[in-house]
Amino acid sequence: MKDSYDVIVVGGGPAGSTAAKYAAMGGAKVLVLEKDREIGVPVRCGEAVDHEGLVQFIQPHKKFVAAEIRNFKLIAPDSTVVQPNIKGLGYVLDRKFFDYELARIAANEGAEIATKVYVDGVIKNDGSVTGVSVQYHGDRLFLKSKIVIGADGVESRVGRWAGIDTTVSMHDMESAAQVTAANVDVEEDTCYFYFGERYAPGGYLWVFPKGNKTANIGLGVAADRSKQKHALKFLDEFMAERFPQASVLTKIAGGVPCAETLEKTTMPGLMLVGDAAHQVNPVSGGGIISGMIAGKMAGKVAADIVKQNDMSLIGKYEKEWQDSLGARHHRYYKIKKVIYKFRDNDLDSIAHEISKLPQKQQTLGNIFKQAVIKHPTLILDVMKLFF
Amino acid sequence: MIEIHEDKCDLCGCCVGVCPENCIDLTENRISIEHEICTNCRKCEWACPFEVFEFKNEKVRLKAAV
Ligand SMILES: Cc1cc2nc3c(=O)[nH]c(=O)nc-3n(C[C@H](O)[C@H](O)[C@H](O)COP(=O)(O)OP(=O)(O)OC[C@H]3O[C@@H](n4cnc5c(N)ncnc54)[C@H](O)[C@@H]3O)c2cc1C
Ligand code: SF4
Ligand code: SF4
Repeated sequence: MKDSYDVIVVGGGPAGSTAAKYAAMGGAKVLVLEKDREIGVPVRCGEAVDHEGLVQFIQPHKKFVAAEIRNFKLIAPDSTVVQPNIKGLGYVLDRKFFDYELARIAANEGAEIATKVYVDGVIKNDGSVTGVSVQYHGDRLFLKSKIVIGADGVESRVGRWAGIDTTVSMHDMESAAQVTAANVDVEEDTCYFYFGERYAPGGYLWVFPKGNKTANIGLGVAADRSKQKHALKFLDEFMAERFPQASVLTKIAGGVPCAETLEKTTMPGLMLVGDAAHQVNPVSGGGIISGMIAGKMAGKVAADIVKQNDMSLIGKYEKEWQDSLGARHHRYYKIKKVIYKFRDNDLDSIAHEISKLPQKQQTLGNIFKQAVIKHPTLILDVMKLFF
Repeated sequence: MIEIHEDKCDLCGCCVGVCPENCIDLTENRISIEHEICTNCRKCEWACPFEVFEFKNEKVRLKAAV
C-alpha cells in the first residue's frame, strides 16, 4: 500500500471489483480496500443471477456457477404452486469464487487489492473527498486519492462520513437470514419463492438450488415488521417444517436495502455504487448485476476524471445510471409498495385462479391481471406505476 | 445499558444500514456502538436478524448536538 492513488475503492464486492477493473483499464492507479481477510467470504447472498445480466461482464464458468436455473415456482401461503411461463436462463453462483474471480480480473488490469484494511473515515478538503483513513494491523493510516468510490455494501458509511445520508428506512431494509443446507430435496433447475406473512412479512422466502442436493434457503423480513419475530426464527421454523432432514452447512445474517436509489450518489471526489447507493432491485432484492453495472459506469468516469483532470465530469456517473436504469428502478420500487399491500388471503386467491390456467398462460401478465381482479383498489396503485 | 450479545453477531451490517446516527462500528470481527452518539432509537435491535441487541430501560435521547 502506498499513501496516494488516483482512485481508492472501498469494498471488494462485485460493485467494487468491477469499478476497480474499469478504472484501471482507463489508466488510473487504483487501490481496493476490503476489511475482511478474504475477498468473497463470508457469502451473504442467495447468489442467483440472470443469464443476460451476467454475460454483460463475464462468461459463466463452472469455477463459479453452482447450478443452472430454467424454472421458477411461486408458492402461495396455502401452498398453491404457480409456475410462471418465463423463458430464460439463470444461475446460482458460488459467490466465494465469483467475487474472487472479479477481484483477480481487476488485479490483472493493474488494480492493487488490500484485504484486512478497515476504512474508518474519509478525508475532506474544501467540501471535496480527498482520501480515506484506515486501520491496518494496529496502525492508523491516511491514504490520499483524487476519487473515492464507496462500494461498501449495505453499511454504506463512506457516503455518510462524507455527508450523504445513506441511512435505509426500516420499511425498506430487508432483515435477512439464510442457510446453505445439504440433503435438500428440490428440483435442481428450479428456483422457489414463497410469499406471505407466515413465511416472511414484507419480503419473501427463497430456495435456490446449488447442485448435489444442496441449496441456499433464506428469507428477508421488512425491518419494520421484524420487531416481534426476527428473520432467523422464521427461517428455523421453515427449515423444521419443510426440510427437517437437511443439514446446515453455513448460516448467515444479512441486510438488503430494497429502497429507491439514493437521490445523490456523487459529490466532488466521491461516487457511491452498488448496495451503498441503494441500487438493489427493490422487488427481488437482487443487487449483484446492478452493482456491477454501476461499478462499470463509475470506474470509467473515474478514469476520465483522472485523465482529463476535470472533477466536473463526476456527475456523468449519476446521469448515466439515472438515464439507463433509474426509471426502471423507480418503477420497481412502486411495484414493491403495491405487492406489500397484499395479505395472505389475497395471495392465496390469486394463486388459485392462476393455477387453474393452462401452464402456458401462467404468465406474469396474467398473475398481475388476477391480482387486480382480486384487489380492485389496486387499479389505482397500478395506474400510479405509470405516472 | 444496551447489551450487545456479541457471540450472536454475524457482522452482517444490517443494523449499521438502518442506524440514523451512523454510530455502529463493524470491523472484520467486532461490533461496537459509540454510546455518546446513540439515541437509543432501537432501530438496530428491530432490524437485526439474529437478535443481538437487548435494550434495558433506555429512554430515547435527543440527538447529541454536533
Ligand atoms: C441474504 C441475502 C441474499 C441475497 N440474494 C441475492 C441474490 O440471490 N441475487 C442477487 O443478485 N443479489 C442478492 N443479494 C444482494 C447482493 O448480495 C448485493 O446486492 C451485492 O452483494 C452488492 O454488491 P456490493 O459490491 O455493492 O456490496 P457487497 O457485496 O456487500 O460488498 C461490500 C464490501 O465492502 C466491505 N466493506 C464494508 N465496509 C467497509 C469498510 N469500512 N472498510 C473496508 N471494507 C468495507 C464489506 O466487507 C464487503 O466485502 C442478497 C443479499 C442478501 C443479504
Ligand atoms: S444486524 Fe445483528 S448480526 Fe448483523 S451486524 Fe448488526 S448486530 Fe450483528
Ligand atoms: S439505538 Fe438507534 S442510534 Fe443507537 S445504535 Fe441502535 S440504531 Fe443507532
